[in-house]
Amino acid sequence: MTRLLVAAVLLLGVSGRAWAQAGEPAVPPLTDAEREAAFPDVHPHHARDEAVHAMLLVDQLEWQTAGRAGDVSLDTTAWIGTDRHRFWFRGEGDRAAGHVEQAQLQFLYGRAMWRWFNLMAGIRQDVRPGAPRTAGAIGVHGTAPYFLHLEASLFAEPNGRTHVRVETEYELLLTNRLVLQPLIEFEVYGRSDPAQGLGRGLSTADAGLRLRYEIRRELAPYIGVAWHRAFFGTADRTAGQGRRTRGVALAAGLRFWL
Amino acid sequence: MSTQPTRRTFVRGLAAAGVAVSAGVVRQPAWAAPAPRQVQQELSGTAFDLRIAETGVDITGRHRTALTINGSLPGPLLRWREGDTVTLRVANALDEETSIHWHGLIVPAAMDGVPGFSFSGIPPGGRFDYRFTVKQAGTYWYHSHSGFQEQRGVAGPIVIAPREPDPVGWDREHVVMLSDWTDEDPARVLGKLKKRSDYYNWRQRTVGTFLRDVRRDGLRATLAERRQWGAMRMSAADLADVTGATYTYLMNGQPPAGNWTGLFTPGEVVRLRFVNGSGMSYFDVRLPGLPMTVVAADGQPVRPVTVDELRIAVAETYDVLVQPAGQDAFTILAQAMDRTGFAAGTLAVRTGLRAPVPALDPRPVLTMADMGHGAMGGGAMDHAAMDHAAMGHVMPPASPSSHPATERGNPLVDMQAMAPASKLDDPGIGLRGHGRRVLTYADLKSTFEDPDGRVPGRTIEIHLTGHMERFAWSFDGVKFSHAEPIRLDYGERVRLVLVNDTMMTHPIHLHGMWSDLEDDAGAFQVRKHTIDMPPGSRRSYRVTADAPGRWAYHCHLLFHMDTGMMREVRVDRRATS
Repeated sequence: MTRLLVAAVLLLGVSGRAWAQAGEPAVPPLTDAEREAAFPDVHPHHARDEAVHAMLLVDQLEWQTAGRAGDVSLDTTAWIGTDRHRFWFRGEGDRAAGHVEQAQLQFLYGRAMWRWFNLMAGIRQDVRPGAPRTAGAIGVHGTAPYFLHLEASLFAEPNGRTHVRVETEYELLLTNRLVLQPLIEFEVYGRSDPAQGLGRGLSTADAGLRLRYEIRRELAPYIGVAWHRAFFGTADRTAGQGRRTRGVALAAGLRFWL
Repeated sequence: MSTQPTRRTFVRGLAAAGVAVSAGVVRQPAWAAPAPRQVQQELSGTAFDLRIAETGVDITGRHRTALTINGSLPGPLLRWREGDTVTLRVANALDEETSIHWHGLIVPAAMDGVPGFSFSGIPPGGRFDYRFTVKQAGTYWYHSHSGFQEQRGVAGPIVIAPREPDPVGWDREHVVMLSDWTDEDPARVLGKLKKRSDYYNWRQRTVGTFLRDVRRDGLRATLAERRQWGAMRMSAADLADVTGATYTYLMNGQPPAGNWTGLFTPGEVVRLRFVNGSGMSYFDVRLPGLPMTVVAADGQPVRPVTVDELRIAVAETYDVLVQPAGQDAFTILAQAMDRTGFAAGTLAVRTGLRAPVPALDPRPVLTMADMGHGAMGGGAMDHAAMDHAAMGHVMPPASPSSHPATERGNPLVDMQAMAPASKLDDPGIGLRGHGRRVLTYADLKSTFEDPDGRVPGRTIEIHLTGHMERFAWSFDGVKFSHAEPIRLDYGERVRLVLVNDTMMTHPIHLHGMWSDLEDDAGAFQVRKHTIDMPPGSRRSYRVTADAPGRWAYHCHLLFHMDTGMMREVRVDRRATS
């Protein structure tokens, strides 16, 4: 009996479905008037998904114990653009004994090329030390596995001098506001440059360990340690000038963005 | 109103309750004296005048400008009757364009209220008259579809009385509209996310949580788990883009300290009509001590199912019945999914009462299973899901997923689900194994058969994609502004399959037509207007293309829609070529 009932219900269900498919259309035909009313003339839609955003980051505004009072160094990055296309500005410099000892500016176009990396290309302008010099710049910038922030740049001057800089940093969250940031940076030169006191190959390495406290996301004072070491030809020349080829300094500074 | 004539009388009383202030302050900023806007307005009939304007508000102790409808935040409750033709004269007193979209309502395209799709928007100082016949009953809502106006207050609930007496019986009802409020300009919120996508997440995993996990799970397991996330360059703590760090969560416009109160008489059956009108926030709703019987989802009746808790995605609505008795007050608690805050109010026998507000649940973290990177089981399944498994209701093995070519090598797509599953019977992140019975999508079954009955003639698969760090969102790796419309032939029945290739949860809303969710066997299960898509999920639904016109189809997280997670669906006669 139960089986019969089930069969009857199944039959009914099947026939009902068949009727729906073969019989009256499920949707009434569309009249011309309905169609016309459904597509009114309208002003175009304002998509905002390619909106331009911008950021100015002062990563380091820093004082170090190695320098004299009043010596300060600056490392800053700014960008403006969409998700894929951005113009970047980078500037770093040191001010010592009341004048700018070192200053480099980079103007770059950055394109989101890969899932985790941007391709960067543009020019680098060294204002100090020595005579102003211009170089072409190309590089990558992004996040490697395990959240290693990686930046690698190749600079080429018109006279054929080349220079590679690789920088990597990591952010270790001690708490959600207290962030320990190790950083390593290498500079490698294609040939020696006596005027700048630079030897061929690995020239200098810098390492830093900075501990910042994010009062807000945009504002974080920090303290840290910075190591510097010159290698090979660069070290020889540095030593020849009577300067130290390696050093450690305590640092304090401010990181902020808007 | 042919049924329950006492209902409206009651809601007037509720408006009075809305201004009652409680002294109990619960982990939210102090709440200032109520302004007139706090009165929950109700309008009923067939002709309505709505005026969108700037209104000064004070929700967190600071003066801010909200965008309101008739001076009310949220906008007035609109009560319609199924079968009526309603006219809504919407005046724009802002200095920018505005619009009103009737969320979940089946209306002609020209009345749908999406600027650039269905009309040209309402210019500053202008007016637009919406007029359509109400073809359905239940709980819905309306909101601006222009810019970030919805986040700033242009949203309100709709309740439509059925033509036939409702088979569900209840003695009185309350609309409970949940929303998220920020004192910040929403454009600035988005700007911050573009600069730093974890800007509002102050609950990331740290050295401290690492050590805790090592003690709990051992060094090897903890390292292995961290290695997986590190290799993906993703954060397991990434549950919400915008959090309680800037949001104050509101219930009918009131922060928790405002203690929105709905009245009951002991023994009465009370129908609560929950609406999530948030910009970005999912809520987990419960009334400690009171089981809820869910009777409708997205306005449409479902077979009653009794639960302790339900997760309401942005833009969803749920109607539940409760029968409060035995105590004078019950807390209505709506925890934000990321547990950074909550909205709360009280069901009470009189105003001025409060029941204890339980502590927030622990903050959940995502697992690899959540991300669609492995079989379920990363977290303890709750007993309900176990029961389903015991009954032989087991999910079919997910087919190895293929991804659209536009995702490949796409710098704005940061991950792909490897083994997505429907997860219909998964209570969801943070709701597993905590001992409460949680509503799942598998519990939702329409009280009616498939209204169309036809098997879909074709399947369109769409992947939800994005890049967390770049805060870029899209379908199939292509943003709205770069995409062609999805074209449906008028009259066809089509199956939409969504695959979530991101680590966020997305509520996907198709305008103009119903989304008929399919069960794991591919049969019609429940009629909805918004389909929640947890990370790593693959869900399918049927759409009858019976509405000619240009329709918006998008993630209902406001900042995801704005940044590209949207399409136009164009329903027209089949091209004869």
